[in-house]
Amino acid sequence: MNSFWAILRRDIRLAMRQGGGGGMAVGFFLIVVSILPLGVGPDLNLLARIAPGLLWVALLLSVLLSLDRIFHADYEDGTLDLLATGPLSLTLVVIAKMLAHWITTGLPLVIAAPVLGVLLNLDTQAFLPLMLTMLAGTPALNFLGAIGAALTLGVRRGGLLISLLVLPLYVPVLIFGVGAVNAVLVGPSPFGSPFMILLAITLVSAVISPIAAAAAIRLNLD
Amino acid sequence: MRLVAENLECVRGGRRVFSSLSFTCAAGEGLLLTGPNGSGKSSLLRLIAGLVQMRSGRLGLEGGDDERSIGQHTHYAGHLDALKTALTAYENLEFWAALYGGDPDAALEGFNLSHLSDIPAGFLSAGQKRRLGLARLFLGQRPLWLLDEPSVSLDTASREILGAIMKAHMAAGGLLIAATHVTLGVEFSRELKLGGRAA
Repeated sequence: MNSFWAILRRDIRLAMRQGGGGGMAVGFFLIVVSILPLGVGPDLNLLARIAPGLLWVALLLSVLLSLDRIFHADYEDGTLDLLATGPLSLTLVVIAKMLAHWITTGLPLVIAAPVLGVLLNLDTQAFLPLMLTMLAGTPALNFLGAIGAALTLGVRRGGLLISLLVLPLYVPVLIFGVGAVNAVLVGPSPFGSPFMILLAITLVSAVISPIAAAAAIRLNLD
Repeated sequence: MRLVAENLECVRGGRRVFSSLSFTCAAGEGLLLTGPNGSGKSSLLRLIAGLVQMRSGRLGLEGGDDERSIGQHTHYAGHLDALKTALTAYENLEFWAALYGGDPDAALEGFNLSHLSDIPAGFLSAGQKRRLGLARLFLGQRPLWLLDEPSVSLDTASREILGAIMKAHMAAGGLLIAATHVTLGVEFSRELKLGGRAA
């Protein structure tokens, strides 16, 4: 278990020191959200109506942008070789790295979301549900994305390929995330049911993706 | 403890790197891998570490811990130094010490790197990075050492340290398998010549 925390701490420390990780994702989130009203026009009612969807799509793109950072650096400098022969099973290594990645990029995005909601005239009563759904949904985005990141390890400039692989998997998270926020804003369904499904998606991905990502990494080390 | 390999076959990228390769390496013994470029020295070391899958054959570590894979008995030092350029020399080793056990200060001292402990690894020279990577050998007790051209970019003094710790490892009953093109300053009990193009 010490090894698990050591990997988690090291990844967080690296993300803080090298910058780029969380800061870049939040910056990208901010830019996308501030550009969208310029395209849609200054109609505040319209913006308020589509704000949950816009915020969620921008969130997906921001998470996507940071995915190739999860494993690639460790793959290139040989750290993954040693982690694979380390005391911890590769599946647990992957979980530690995913968790660190979520703390350094997913969590800042969730915290930034309500601030960006103001930019889109999002109704104040939707702030809490928005943060809750994103808190529940971003781990799933990270977990599913990690599979794509692990699969494309051997590919140079695999960023675009990750997007192609992973975006379709994000669709359910998007649908139920936006669904839960809209349920609060316009109804008629209760907030609970889409939110529960969102949690279920996160739990399933938390179980499947470490195993899948570890297998993909083994394949790429070969 | 004894490493036994029988009829190993390794295929990478559709090319057969080697086949029907058999050897043993017992406790306290050193096995030297020689052969021209592309003869499969690195592949064999990665295969033993469990990083590369073997196509056929059998590989076993007699007297090892059955709960752990062969890879988890090894210190693998490949071509890459596995260092984080943003972390200092000490922080790099501190992380690996958390995984392998051992004392990062002693490991730095072992390769005469103590004066560089606060320097980010990105600012170290190639030889210093190599030494920092090899300093991991001081961390934790792992019986099987797999060294892939460990002396590359090392100066004479560091080569002597490397030779000394390899000798000490074998004297303590460890297994050593090293691939090299130059002399490492250690008496190896056996040599395994890997052929050029496998038929």
